[in-house]
Amino acid sequence: MIPLAYHRASSADEAIHLAGAPGARLLGGGTNLIDLMRKGVEQVSDLVDVTALSSSIEESDDGGLMIGAAARNSAVAAHPLVRSRYPLLSRAILAGASAQIRNMATVGGNLMQRTRCVYFNDAAGSRCNKRAPGSGCDARGGFNRYHAILGASPHCVATNPSDMSVALAALDARIHVSSASGTRIIALGDFHRLPGERPDIETVLEPSEIITAIEIPPSAVAANSTYRKVRDRASYAFALVSVAAGLTLRDGVVEDVRIGFGGVAPKPWRALRAEAALRGQPATESAFMAAAATELADAVPLSGNGFKIDLAQRTLAAVLTELSGDRR
Amino acid sequence: MTRVQNVVVESVKTVLGWVPAQWLPGGTPDPLIGRSAAIGRQASRLDGPQKVSGQARFAAEVPMEGLSYAAFVHSPVTRARIARLETQAAEAAPGVILVMTHRNMPRISPLALISITDLSAVGNSSLPILQDENVRYNGQVVAVVVAETQEQADHAAALIEIDYDTVPAKTHFEDAKARARTPASVLIDKNHVTVGNAERELTQAAHRVDAVYRTPGHNHNAIELHAVTVAWQDGSLIVHDATQMIAPSAGALAKVFGLKKEQVRVLSPFVGGGFGGKGLWDHQILAIAAARLTGRPLRLMLSREGVYRIIGGRTPTEQRVAIGANTEGRFTALVHTGYSIMLPYGACPEQYTSSARALYSAKSVEIVQHHVDLDIVPNTYMRAPGESVGTFALESAVDELAHQMGIDPIELRRRNEPERHPISGAPFSQRALITAYAEGARRFGWEHRSAEPGTRRDGEWRIGMGCATGSFPYARMPSTNVRITLKRDGSAIVACSAQEMGMGTSTVQVQHAADRLGLPVDMITFEMGDSSLPASAMAGGSSQTASIAGAILAATDKLTGELLRLAGNDSPVAGLRTGDVRLTDQGVASLEEPWRHESYRSILDRAQRDEVSITAAGSAPLEMLKFAMNSSSAVFCELRVSDVTGEVRIDRLLGSFDCGTILNPKTAASQFKGGMIMGIGLALTEETLFDERSGRIMNATLADYHVPSHLDVPDIEVIWTGIPDPRSPLGARGIGEIGITGVAAAIANAVFNATGKRIRELPITLDKLL
Repeated sequence: MIPLAYHRASSADEAIHLAGAPGARLLGGGTNLIDLMRKGVEQVSDLVDVTALSSSIEESDDGGLMIGAAARNSAVAAHPLVRSRYPLLSRAILAGASAQIRNMATVGGNLMQRTRCVYFNDAAGSRCNKRAPGSGCDARGGFNRYHAILGASPHCVATNPSDMSVALAALDARIHVSSASGTRIIALGDFHRLPGERPDIETVLEPSEIITAIEIPPSAVAANSTYRKVRDRASYAFALVSVAAGLTLRDGVVEDVRIGFGGVAPKPWRALRAEAALRGQPATESAFMAAAATELADAVPLSGNGFKIDLAQRTLAAVLTELSGDRR
Repeated sequence: MTRVQNVVVESVKTVLGWVPAQWLPGGTPDPLIGRSAAIGRQASRLDGPQKVSGQARFAAEVPMEGLSYAAFVHSPVTRARIARLETQAAEAAPGVILVMTHRNMPRISPLALISITDLSAVGNSSLPILQDENVRYNGQVVAVVVAETQEQADHAAALIEIDYDTVPAKTHFEDAKARARTPASVLIDKNHVTVGNAERELTQAAHRVDAVYRTPGHNHNAIELHAVTVAWQDGSLIVHDATQMIAPSAGALAKVFGLKKEQVRVLSPFVGGGFGGKGLWDHQILAIAAARLTGRPLRLMLSREGVYRIIGGRTPTEQRVAIGANTEGRFTALVHTGYSIMLPYGACPEQYTSSARALYSAKSVEIVQHHVDLDIVPNTYMRAPGESVGTFALESAVDELAHQMGIDPIELRRRNEPERHPISGAPFSQRALITAYAEGARRFGWEHRSAEPGTRRDGEWRIGMGCATGSFPYARMPSTNVRITLKRDGSAIVACSAQEMGMGTSTVQVQHAADRLGLPVDMITFEMGDSSLPASAMAGGSSQTASIAGAILAATDKLTGELLRLAGNDSPVAGLRTGDVRLTDQGVASLEEPWRHESYRSILDRAQRDEVSITAAGSAPLEMLKFAMNSSSAVFCELRVSDVTGEVRIDRLLGSFDCGTILNPKTAASQFKGGMIMGIGLALTEETLFDERSGRIMNATLADYHVPSHLDVPDIEVIWTGIPDPRSPLGARGIGEIGITGVAAAIANAVFNATGKRIRELPITLDKLL
């Protein structure tokens, strides 16, 4: 038992008000937060249930999609517009967790989920700068197979575990947030922070802000897109490496390409360097490998995850080759 | 195990060598072999409807008036002394009844460790349980909170503050190898076996392989968490437990708490998976002690993490296997040595060399196991301890040799098939491994395998086939008793304290008793799961079915004598002796003149008896010492490996088993398949992440400790020779554990066939194949 107060917000304004209390946390499906509370990783005095807020999935005026933050992961993955226009998003969501968890989890909660680093999760017995700032990092010299090769810091090498966010990163999604002082829109690429010296601060969201919706702009490149997740068992495991990508070709030359990597960095990793290297290039496997190598040039392996550098490059090249299909 | 034990076992074996086979149990094959009606038939589990409708009650579900709930505090450090212990906040928390620490835990005697020579000893650890301020391993329980609700107990447990003075601990396997011990025996086998000079033969061999294989630690993950609901009533103790050892636990608990044996009753009608992990550990003792202090019934269920912290798992192993062969492929040398954890305060020696002792004929042999000592919760038995990981090393090496020689791996095994037990020289009671291979290969389509690795492809996937031998010894436990009660209406109740962990114990024994007593299955009731019933041995070593069958066999003989006595002189069977009759058609009949028959009902009517009840123990299992009684299997695997990612996906698995009579094809197939799925986990996914810096397990959850998911499990086919073993009751040998054996090697060998890469360290994760 954890003594706490439970509130159910019926509007965004009410949620913002209730979430202002010190020790308050927003509750979506609870598929991550409740586990962390039970493990003593999260200390919460007030749970503010926001699942009654907007869960609608609607086409926006510009032909994109607006998804309420309380939409369930499974509802988004199954939505006809998501399946037809953004297959990479549908596949990314379906590659995550289990059917039961996806039925509970919300997209707002998915954006906020925390790393599965085993040392972060072990409040009783391990040091972690993300959980207890300044205490040290046991992952760096320990089990770090699932940890970052890009964007890590001396203080933290944990990865962001979300599959959905990797697709959203490739889609230039925008996060709509609200607070008592108004609303603002944050590009997904800016939403998650790199750890630096403060791995405990994971997003640019202010404590007073709540996520209300995710907007996905129209995307021609998304029509030919997919998500590939490489992991230690066929289902129900976090990514060692994942790739979300969309590709359009013209006469065998890359016209447009979007690439996101999962499992390799503290945030969903948009591969802007690889994209830039590919635009205008012939769609060949060697060009794909070269672009992948460009993106991974700064990768820093840990004791247990050096294979990820090679794996990320191979997986990206295979995904782009698959997307090239007959159009090469 | 001691040198004395070696001497005793060896002398018994020697004496038995002179005793004519027909004097021993199974000397005359069980008459039910070949004339059974219910045995061998497909039958659904009798407890199936209860389980799927939620009616079956498990240990954590037993209702009790005034129940209290317990939660544990585990040490997060490995070796330490508790320097400060602050319990006031917990004691003052809502609903708290008791905080129990080493300060107020009742003083108890330590548990006697599980042993082959003392079957009432069932301890997995002989460490003191909350008796002093010392911490001896990471995860040890240092406090117990009892409250009115589980939530209150959990909350209060989080309020206890403890400071530890830590001291250096032994947590590095590699370092500990330098101080390894070499025991005189491993279970009932002499540990160090030397035949000829294997090292010299190896250097002179025409072909040889010599490699080191590693398997990681594993943890128990039965779906049912360890749980106990206990009550003290007028000085007696009632324990609803999830256990594989009902009667032995009752005896052991009586000793620990200074009670008479009859003052302890352990009940465990259903267990949600055992696999060797559901024995007597600290949690039952702590729950009983806390209930004694509070005077209230108490329930304790471990968390999933709690199972990792205080229930031992499978030891990691490091095994060297070397094989030398002449130009014909006959083994001239077989070496199997290695290191595993076995603690001075633990009970499981993980006999990974036992397959090397039983499977191949070799001119020279060198076998020895070394024990490594760490500061951890004692490792314990986990499905096929020894053979599961031992066959990975041995059967990988055989495959390596076959490839090197350019011989089909099945043919290489055929050439080295022994005629008698390779070490003891005892005759096999029955062995048809080569038949199992032949039938399995035909069914699997082994001829489609390409001998050259890396030559079959499907897009980015390389496809390969592999096979390997599995093996597991027969065992029948002494001291297994049953009571048969025959009622006047012709129905029968068979009762003993047996364990049901989901295998179908009652289903199969009802089938058995029906045939033995000549009754239809619906006239038999099987009572079990309660230490107040005639004591049967633990369910371990795949021995329970044969052990109970042996006891039913003995009880039936006694019952027959009693029926003949009751029948008296006015019966059609008058004047016949036990050996002249059999039980059939709901009565007793002459073997020679089958028309001489009288029904049970008629006999009891005339004798004016409502029932006749007989209790008997199975004969001493001397057949195990006279004969080499081993089950074996041929496991086949086809899989694919991604060229891009190194991911392995198994397409097909087939197990071809030689385990004697198969008593119920439905429950047997289920057991075999379950074992093979566990073998997939052993091969590809399972690994305890033991942080050697801290001595702490880091993946104590089902999210981080990977058992195979549904998508990892392919179509599995199971076949068997079904040839009865003439030396065992019903012709059957145990089947609970053999399913996991051989699987990891079959998979590793298929990976080699697909990719040309030989992976000698489990699990075979994708990074090893990039």
